[in-house]
Amino acid sequence: MSAKALGPVRRKFAPWNDPSAVPLIKIRDVSKAFGSFTAVNNVSLDIYEREFFALLGPSGCGKTTLMRMLAGFETPSAGSISIAGEDLAGTPPHKRPVNMMFQSYALFPHMSVEKNIAFGLEMDKLPKGEITARVEEMLKLVKLETFAKRKPHQLSGGQRQRVALARSIAKRPKVLLLDEPLGALDKKLREETQFELLDLQMALGMTFVIVTHDQDEAMTMADRIAVMNHGQFVQISPPAELYEQPVSKYVADFIGDINLLEGRVTKNERGHIVLGSEVTGGRIESLGETVAGLGDKAWFAVRPEKVSIDLQPPNDPTVNTASGTVWDIGYVGDISVYHVKLDNGGTMRASIANTRRVVERPISWEDKVFLTWAPDSGIVLTK
Amino acid sequence: MKRLSLFNVVSLTIGFTFLYLPIVLLVIYSFNAGRSVAVWGGWSTKWYGSVFENQQLLDAAWITLKVGVLSASVATILGTMAAIALARHGRFHGRTLFSAMVYAPLVMPEVITGLSLLLLFVALNMDRGFWTIVISHITFTMCFVAVVVQSRLSSFDRSIEEAALDLGCTPFMTFFRITLPIILPAVISAWMLAFTLSLDDLVIASFTTGPGATTLPMKIYSDVRLGVKPEINAICSLMVAVVTFAVVIASVLTKHQEVERERAERLAANAP
Repeated sequence: MSAKALGPVRRKFAPWNDPSAVPLIKIRDVSKAFGSFTAVNNVSLDIYEREFFALLGPSGCGKTTLMRMLAGFETPSAGSISIAGEDLAGTPPHKRPVNMMFQSYALFPHMSVEKNIAFGLEMDKLPKGEITARVEEMLKLVKLETFAKRKPHQLSGGQRQRVALARSIAKRPKVLLLDEPLGALDKKLREETQFELLDLQMALGMTFVIVTHDQDEAMTMADRIAVMNHGQFVQISPPAELYEQPVSKYVADFIGDINLLEGRVTKNERGHIVLGSEVTGGRIESLGETVAGLGDKAWFAVRPEKVSIDLQPPNDPTVNTASGTVWDIGYVGDISVYHVKLDNGGTMRASIANTRRVVERPISWEDKVFLTWAPDSGIVLTK
Repeated sequence: MKRLSLFNVVSLTIGFTFLYLPIVLLVIYSFNAGRSVAVWGGWSTKWYGSVFENQQLLDAAWITLKVGVLSASVATILGTMAAIALARHGRFHGRTLFSAMVYAPLVMPEVITGLSLLLLFVALNMDRGFWTIVISHITFTMCFVAVVVQSRLSSFDRSIEEAALDLGCTPFMTFFRITLPIILPAVISAWMLAFTLSLDDLVIASFTTGPGATTLPMKIYSDVRLGVKPEINAICSLMVAVVTFAVVIASVLTKHQEVERERAERLAANAP
């Protein structure tokens, strides 16, 4: 998988904003109940051709069930799913134009690597020569040419993962479903593989739907992410929007780290919101829109990396400032996270990039500090 | 290697003496040159020779072998089907009851199984003989097969079958191309188990047999009542050999697969 500059292509790709674009996968009002437990609760979703779509959520949120309904292993209790205009109700898994890469890889233990990859092609009754050629192509794509004759148990975890991938794309399905595809790999390998998957998806022009509980994975790879909780979508957005404009405290908290400062709306004019906050003991000024009315409870959400930490008070300590004492410092290598106990109760976090090798920190434990942020650094949330 | 304590040595000795002394004696006396079973008259293999000249014994052995192969094969097919139904098809109505009922024949006294089969054949007005023995052996060995195969299926990763379906394989073909090859060692050892059980059975066969269908255990039992001849010792020793061979093959087959697999997995884990 060669490195290509995919930036220009990726940047322009946003069919979900184009009202004339026809979605490849249409999920309409789909629910799935297991006994009295509702795993997926009345969801609708459009996924477009060539999109890399991520279903993200904690375990038990229904993301895997939704994917299994796409693959045909579960039948929706209500609603419809169609791919390329064809309703899939009643179509068994072996007749669907999708392929799936399983979390456990699910390689056939009694078949060699090449037999595993050829399996789907044999089922399609392709001519022998074509199968051989396609298997070779796949082996080359995942860099396993020398392992063709091995059995799955003679491979390492990373190699098995690549066999599973090769097997699932060998039939060139319209849609590839990936169920926690990198879950079993170690961190380093996982990060490499993320970019390999991205390149591969671009090169093949396939639509990828990935299920993951790892937000970094979703953020790195996906064009759009659907955050799920309790069987419903909480937000469906591109990664940057999800991170910078979460619709709720749940999303804000689930994606990355965030400080939530409670307050009441004292002013809400076009594009300018002011909260009175007991936590900071002053005013929080923010740019943006909110549905909250005057006097309503709201939260100002600001990411730790957008909060500055200083030993000196700012010019106007009543606006966008919280004071406190450094309670703990988390050194992560590239950044340090300062946990600050606020004077008015509660804690806030500020993370500072370690641009130099620090031996003596200018700010240390028990120091009295001032946390400040810009009005456009956060967002006001009402739920 | 850990050394065994005195207590363990003693318990092992006593235990294995109880288990194997009678069999060892049987094998030793099958090489007795004298006619008497109790008096040692020097080494000889002549009784083995006379076994192969005794047409009645050979006929009985042939019938036993046919019954064993036939009943084990049918029992393996039926037992595997039952195991799959119980292990797979979710929570159908009465599944727990059926699971328990599969185990029941394992603990059922053979006399009762034999008698109830006899009553059934009488009620159905079936002529008793070779086929009734086969049917009753299928009945009582099937549950052993179901138990063995079911335990293999419980550790079977279902997503492997789902992967096959996902790649366009029909459910029917998935069973033959994916499921069966993977559980084959368990199915083979289940067959071996069914075969040896059928080979050894005296009680059920006695209840369900008819004229012209005498199995080896029945023949031996009736001969012994007229006095034990060293010839009987010889044929019994041969049976011990056959059964031991089958059991050893069955367990080696499962064990070997496991060991090979673990070794390969260790090697792979160290690879980049």
